[in-house]
Amino acid sequence: MDFLVITQKLLEGFLTTILIFGITLVFAMPLGLFIAFGSMSRMAPLRWLAKTFVWAIRGTPLILQVIIVFYGPGLAWGWTAFPRLEAVLIAFVINYAAYFSEIYRSGIESVPHGQYEAGQVLGMTKTQIFFKVILLLVIKRIVPPMSNEIITLVKDTSLARVIAVREIIMMAEDYIKSAAIIWPLFYTGVFYLLFCGILTLLFNYLERRLSYFRV
Amino acid sequence: MSILEVRNLRKYFGSSAVLEDISFSLEKGQSLAIIGSSGSGKTTLLRCLNFLEIPDGGTITVGSEVIFDENNPALLSEKEIRKRRLHFGLVFQSFNLFPQYTALKNITLACELLAKEEPDYKKNRKAIIADIESNARALMEQVGLSSKLDYYPHQLSGGQQQRVAIARALALNPDILCFDEPTSALDPELTGEVLKVIRSLAEKKTTMLIVTHEMQFAREVSDKVLFVDNGIIVECGTPEEIFGNPKEERTKKFLERYSG
Repeated sequence: MDFLVITQKLLEGFLTTILIFGITLVFAMPLGLFIAFGSMSRMAPLRWLAKTFVWAIRGTPLILQVIIVFYGPGLAWGWTAFPRLEAVLIAFVINYAAYFSEIYRSGIESVPHGQYEAGQVLGMTKTQIFFKVILLLVIKRIVPPMSNEIITLVKDTSLARVIAVREIIMMAEDYIKSAAIIWPLFYTGVFYLLFCGILTLLFNYLERRLSYFRV
Repeated sequence: MSILEVRNLRKYFGSSAVLEDISFSLEKGQSLAIIGSSGSGKTTLLRCLNFLEIPDGGTITVGSEVIFDENNPALLSEKEIRKRRLHFGLVFQSFNLFPQYTALKNITLACELLAKEEPDYKKNRKAIIADIESNARALMEQVGLSSKLDYYPHQLSGGQQQRVAIARALALNPDILCFDEPTSALDPELTGEVLKVIRSLAEKKTTMLIVTHEMQFAREVSDKVLFVDNGIIVECGTPEEIFGNPKEERTKKFLERYSG
């Protein structure tokens, strides 16, 4: 089997991998912020709702959530199923939003209360305190745990094949069946390594950019 | 006429009273030292004046303006509080500088944000910003830190950070500057430089409220001393009266503990 042909085929699968990765990130990051605010809310029902949601999502495997989103609505209410890729995206966004929300929450809660009070006695509004003082401190605190989670997401995309979304691992597995060769599967590791390597450099850069101050 | 008039101030945490019937006044240009053991309510008193805690009763008057009155809840809206708070400046025990800004920016930030709310800000932007900055430089010089303008808080010693914090509070020109145990978080060899700055402010007739455990300092620098215990003012008088000839048994006991 031609190395270049297989590389091209795997690259095709890797595009799907990156698509799942990118869209999950773009939607889960803001959604996580809303959930974080919910879990810190002064309104008990809202707080309870957010916390239960996070518990349910973090307490079950992502692979199961993908299956439920894909088959669930049809079985329960007889709806037409979501297209495969959409089902994966929905499950991933929900799952990662829950994890991100906990990172945000811990980041926000770790900012010393004195920072808010200093802003208050200087006559700043709540909005000014959040954007001019708190936000950057939170970002600095959450960069390391977020990098960790985001790198995990790269590899979690391989779970999409449970409902036959043709990401890179599934593409490689096809060659085991069709051509009885396993090396393409090993070869996928190179793609993941390169991509995670780039992300790591990016996060290191971000951490360095924020190292001019200490919290 | 007094610049600050506190009448029957009360504050409860749950059902326990932290401040009971606190009344005192302060003349413009004077400094008032508040002494007492930990947990006596000194810090809560300062926090009430700065609206970091909302009092449960009493009145606070600055100049001729009533800034807190238990019978007038309209004064308690977010917007009103923000405005009235600016009568006071507060220097914290733990400095609370903004770590992501340089010393200079720590001083100018709030001034710039307030200036933006002025109607003629857009027209005179450059002049206003320049004004704020030169004022901040002058304040840094006043606290002896002209050479540290571009340092970030973590690059400064505790004593230097506290001096920046004092400059930051002064930048907004408060009527009354409050200090909440300004040297308690400092190593002994660093307290001197901070006390020196406060002493120089007293010489310039800055109106100040100083919560402190530095008895010698309180005696030298203040015009008036309050001894607070268990949420009430036990004794109030000149430093000579309180330290030299305390009338109340509780004051005597407290001062004996401190003089060792």
